Amino acid sequence: MATTTIGSVMVVGGGISGVQTALDLADSGFKVYLVEKRASIGGTMAQLDKTFPTNDCSMCIMAPKLVAAGRHHNIELITNTDLEEIDGVPGDFRVTLKQKTFRVDKSKCTGCGVCAEKCPVETSDEYNEGMRKRKAIFVMYPQAVPLVYCIDRKACIGCGVCAEECRAKAVVYDKPDEALEIRVGAIILSPGFDEFDARIKKEYGYGVYRNVVTSIEFERMLSATGPYFGVVMRPSDGEIPKKVAFIQCVGSRDEKVGNPYCSSVCCMYAIKEAIIAGEHTKGLEPHIFFMDVRAVGKEFEDYRERAEKEYGVKMHRGTRVASVEEDPVTKNLFVRYGGNDQIETEEFDLVVLSVGMRPAADAEKLSRRLDFKLNKYGFCETDIYDPLCTSRSGIFVSGSFASPKDIPTTVAEASGAAAKAGSLLSDARNTLVTVKEYPVEIDVSGQEPRVGVFVCHCGINIGGVVKVPSVVEYARTLSGVVYAEENLYTCSADTQERIKETIKKHNLNRVVVASCTPRTHEPLFQNTIRESGLNPYLFEMANIRDQCSWIHMHEEEKATKKSKDLVRMAVAKARLLEPLKKSQLPVNHSALVIGGGLSGMIAALDVASQGFDVHIVERTSRLGGNLAKLHHKEGSREPKVFMDELIDIIRGYPNITVHLDTNITDVTGFVGNFKVKITDGEVEVGAIIVATGAVGYEPTEYLYGQDDRVMTSLELEEKLSRREFKGKTVVMIQCVGSRNEKVPYCSRICCSTAMMNAIELKKQHPTSEVYVFHRDIRTYGFREDLYREAGQLGVNFIRIPEASMPQLESSEGRLKIIARDVVLNEDLVIWPDTVVLSVGVRPNKDNEELAKMLKVPLSKDRYFLEAHMKLRPVDFATEGIFLAGMAHWPKFVDEAIAQASGAAARAVTIISKDTLDTEGIIAAVNEDICDGCGICEPVCEYKAIQIVKISDSQEKLKAIVNEGLCKGCGACVAGCPSGAMEQKGYKTSQVIAMIDTALERGDS
Amino acid sequence: MNSFEPKIIGFLCNWCSYAGADLAGVSRFQYSPNIRVIRVMCSTRISPNLVLEVFKSGADGVIVGGCHIGDCHYMTGNYYTDKRMKLTKELVELAGIEPERLALEWISASEGEKFARVVTEFVDRIRHLGPIPTKNDQKLMKRLEAAAEASKLFRLRLLSGKELRLTGKGNVYGEMIEAEKMDEILDSAVNDEYDRSLILELTKNNALSVKELASEIGKSAEATLGHVATLRARNLLSICSIDGFTPRYKAIRLGGA
Repeated sequence: MATTTIGSVMVVGGGISGVQTALDLADSGFKVYLVEKRASIGGTMAQLDKTFPTNDCSMCIMAPKLVAAGRHHNIELITNTDLEEIDGVPGDFRVTLKQKTFRVDKSKCTGCGVCAEKCPVETSDEYNEGMRKRKAIFVMYPQAVPLVYCIDRKACIGCGVCAEECRAKAVVYDKPDEALEIRVGAIILSPGFDEFDARIKKEYGYGVYRNVVTSIEFERMLSATGPYFGVVMRPSDGEIPKKVAFIQCVGSRDEKVGNPYCSSVCCMYAIKEAIIAGEHTKGLEPHIFFMDVRAVGKEFEDYRERAEKEYGVKMHRGTRVASVEEDPVTKNLFVRYGGNDQIETEEFDLVVLSVGMRPAADAEKLSRRLDFKLNKYGFCETDIYDPLCTSRSGIFVSGSFASPKDIPTTVAEASGAAAKAGSLLSDARNTLVTVKEYPVEIDVSGQEPRVGVFVCHCGINIGGVVKVPSVVEYARTLSGVVYAEENLYTCSADTQERIKETIKKHNLNRVVVASCTPRTHEPLFQNTIRESGLNPYLFEMANIRDQCSWIHMHEEEKATKKSKDLVRMAVAKARLLEPLKKSQLPVNHSALVIGGGLSGMIAALDVASQGFDVHIVERTSRLGGNLAKLHHKEGSREPKVFMDELIDIIRGYPNITVHLDTNITDVTGFVGNFKVKITDGEVEVGAIIVATGAVGYEPTEYLYGQDDRVMTSLELEEKLSRREFKGKTVVMIQCVGSRNEKVPYCSRICCSTAMMNAIELKKQHPTSEVYVFHRDIRTYGFREDLYREAGQLGVNFIRIPEASMPQLESSEGRLKIIARDVVLNEDLVIWPDTVVLSVGVRPNKDNEELAKMLKVPLSKDRYFLEAHMKLRPVDFATEGIFLAGMAHWPKFVDEAIAQASGAAARAVTIISKDTLDTEGIIAAVNEDICDGCGICEPVCEYKAIQIVKISDSQEKLKAIVNEGLCKGCGACVAGCPSGAMEQKGYKTSQVIAMIDTALERGDS
Repeated sequence: MNSFEPKIIGFLCNWCSYAGADLAGVSRFQYSPNIRVIRVMCSTRISPNLVLEVFKSGADGVIVGGCHIGDCHYMTGNYYTDKRMKLTKELVELAGIEPERLALEWISASEGEKFARVVTEFVDRIRHLGPIPTKNDQKLMKRLEAAAEASKLFRLRLLSGKELRLTGKGNVYGEMIEAEKMDEILDSAVNDEYDRSLILELTKNNALSVKELASEIGKSAEATLGHVATLRARNLLSICSIDGFTPRYKAIRLGGA
């Protein structure tokens, strides 16, 4: 361990994983260097069209995080950069980086894009998988962060036009590569994965037949920003395909290509792509060819079901595609596949190969340079009990660099990795972060509005269409405007200084910028005016680029007139703007963890080790939860051994208080300041983590409880661990209490548990007969190894139909199983001596009760429901409350641990702060008008409104807004029947002023 | 057949070829009456677009005359002429007009005889080739229009304008681009932009599918789709209807309602 601890962290890889880690660390008092090898952050997720199972637009949900990372005061983005070497010890590493030159000065480039427009060289666009061209000077995608153009030296012919055209003088052709040396306390690796190269599977014709595409290419084809603008077309001729085949497991579950593991995500993304393609094209017929459909995540099974029933996706279960042949004339494709025992051929217009995940191409180089181990498949090696740690201390890992996984699992891990680094460096928290100092705010109350208007040319983006000088001239005539000027780039660093000087010189008390979109640039200008002493809410923007010059490129007159209208509207609102205050709420630096199982203990430990007090409330008399029921050794040690170690550590931790035999009885307060009543008193905490777990299904079917020879998988595991099991002919029935009409979801873990049982059984009794009756085997990720091993040990797998489970009878003292074998297409009869029921997982019965107390929602399957299934997997919509473990969804030990660490990191982003800023734009009640009717109360999604008595002595009611909870959406304002509710910054009078000025005749 | 009298336009530079033509007159060298001369200060003024406009207006041949290499009154003007005419020839050929109908000749102020000979031989050549059926051939007109539009593009003008510097003096990195490489770059740019312009020309009034466009422009459907994608990214083309499973495209009319 280092003598000095460095309070900064390097995150390697700027995909969704790295971005989440960076945000969590920077929000908990650490300086972050986010290193990305490409020119922009965003990773694979930025290429996706939609995401399962909510069909959210990927870029829409991701972009705010990218922007947040790009703007964060304590995150430094270092893109186009490779890690060269490291030196040092945990807590104090010295990292050498090599930043490849952009040949563009980042401090000057405004991202206006004129250079790319003028560049005469076209080259293949990687972001669109080569299906479209981009220029030699480029940004990866329109929403790229950082929005800095970069010269592709391989394609550039050095003609010099970009430098000539760049008004900001940002192009510097001879800018050299730079070597950087940075000291950090910890390193987190999240460089992601590579797609399997489908050319290797020659039999599918990828790279030869134009209408065979990969799933990621198809993703771009679906995207509105893709090469075909969201109309799916055949690359060979631009026709819209009618019949589309998705071939699963291309480069997954395939020993021949060296990837025996399952890539975990392809089943779901193929279903998603099939659904979305069907939404794009009426009458589309998607077919999916797969062995097992691995819909194991939250609401995945539901999604699969809808794909088949509502969207008509044809599922070819249990098939493997032998080959694809092209008709040379029509370019249609013949898919030859083996289903049951015969080979069939079907013709398609387009074939999509669901390519699997490979280790990142530079994984090996990275492992050598950083001296950590890779596993046998080339992914980063981790232990099941330490899923976020590499083999080298002080270097952590998250996301698909360690194993193939989906986005929510990745995001949870990303937060988890932040917790690991936070624990290592907790002594150095807040040592390297800077807090911005601002001058005292100028009091503008009572002053007449003095509005300054800054109109941007944006190089030629605006100025090439809109007559900017005439807009400026016009602005000067508007009431309240005392100053107006034009800028080549209003956003450039020198203009910021100019704006500040101008505010002082002309005594401005409102500022309007007419330029691009407030969605990206408002925070910049708000910061600028705050630096000159104005309240940041005395600012308004007119979007005359994205919503004017860019869309009326050939209508100068009309665009100019519209710009004037937009400026007039902005000024009208600006005149009425008022300073808004963000109040600061004190934060209690401790957390409550509800549940003392695996997730609860890990979460508690990861909060406590970062220096904060933790209470664990456990309703039983012992810690450990479901972990105590597991026996199979996975990774470094037996679950029991691990559990006992963990309990010892928890017991020895001075700042963890364990409350056994204790229940939660009431929760009040809000983020930073919760008051929680428990059986024996009350605790006050800043954040709450729900880790209440789940329970196993108690079967009523298959003679369970009536015949001793019928047992659950956990009971078998127990017997095997004691070496008490003696069965010779064993039948395992999968999905008992899962994937049926009553409980439609898949319990995720039962298949792998059955494999572990079967393997152990075969090892203990090599001569025993084991039959597994299943519909799919869902051993996703590296757990596919278990399936393969069981097969090699001679376990018999019998695929049964979707809708008919095996029948069990007890006949003359013997057990008799009758089941349909779909492969042989005949009924099978087995006389087992033991029947093992692979029972599913069920949510806790009292989840409702706890959810009500916490004011958080449950999913339709009655598990706790996170704020967003994709990108906020451990948060609740209610701020300050987090989620981990099986309370969220059934999961394995390693997944629960990662998620618990994630919840801990998220909680620490709150409790590590001394105060929390409330939002500026919030609802406010005019108490003179409010009659306490209460209509607003249920309208509020954030539970920020309460109806209370005006005073203790008066019966009259009124609404009050909790500023700590209000997010400023305005729902209550629109709902208020009396007009008592107002939204600060969007007051009715302000909005009306804009409407009135919009509709008056412009005098242009 | 022999009643065909070719209409020839000659662009002559003030200092050499125009003077050469004058000398031919002074010397009374006789030549065909088919040429109409337009005087320019330097042959470098002749942009590809001017030549294509001439063909569009119904001329049967174009002669561009300049000073001999090294003699240019403006030092290097005719080097550019050389490069531009190469590009122009490509476009003329792409439009379906025999490239021999465009001649570039270096004629000095003292070469009156050469001027007369060049004109006579050129007129003979054109007479032999016959008239360009521009007036009656809609297809040809569209192709010419496309070539003319392509010739106006910033991209092609920039590339041909920079060609000499990039292959002769070096680029911004101080490297020389090999002439062959540069030719390749220009070639593919000219071909692509011509095809794209033609697609826009063809879809001005008709909604066409990728397959139809491909057969019109004589390229593979796959390559055509690539151009369609680029044109859509440039906001010049949009899907106007989908017939069953076939999207049809129309050029976007710019300039508003």
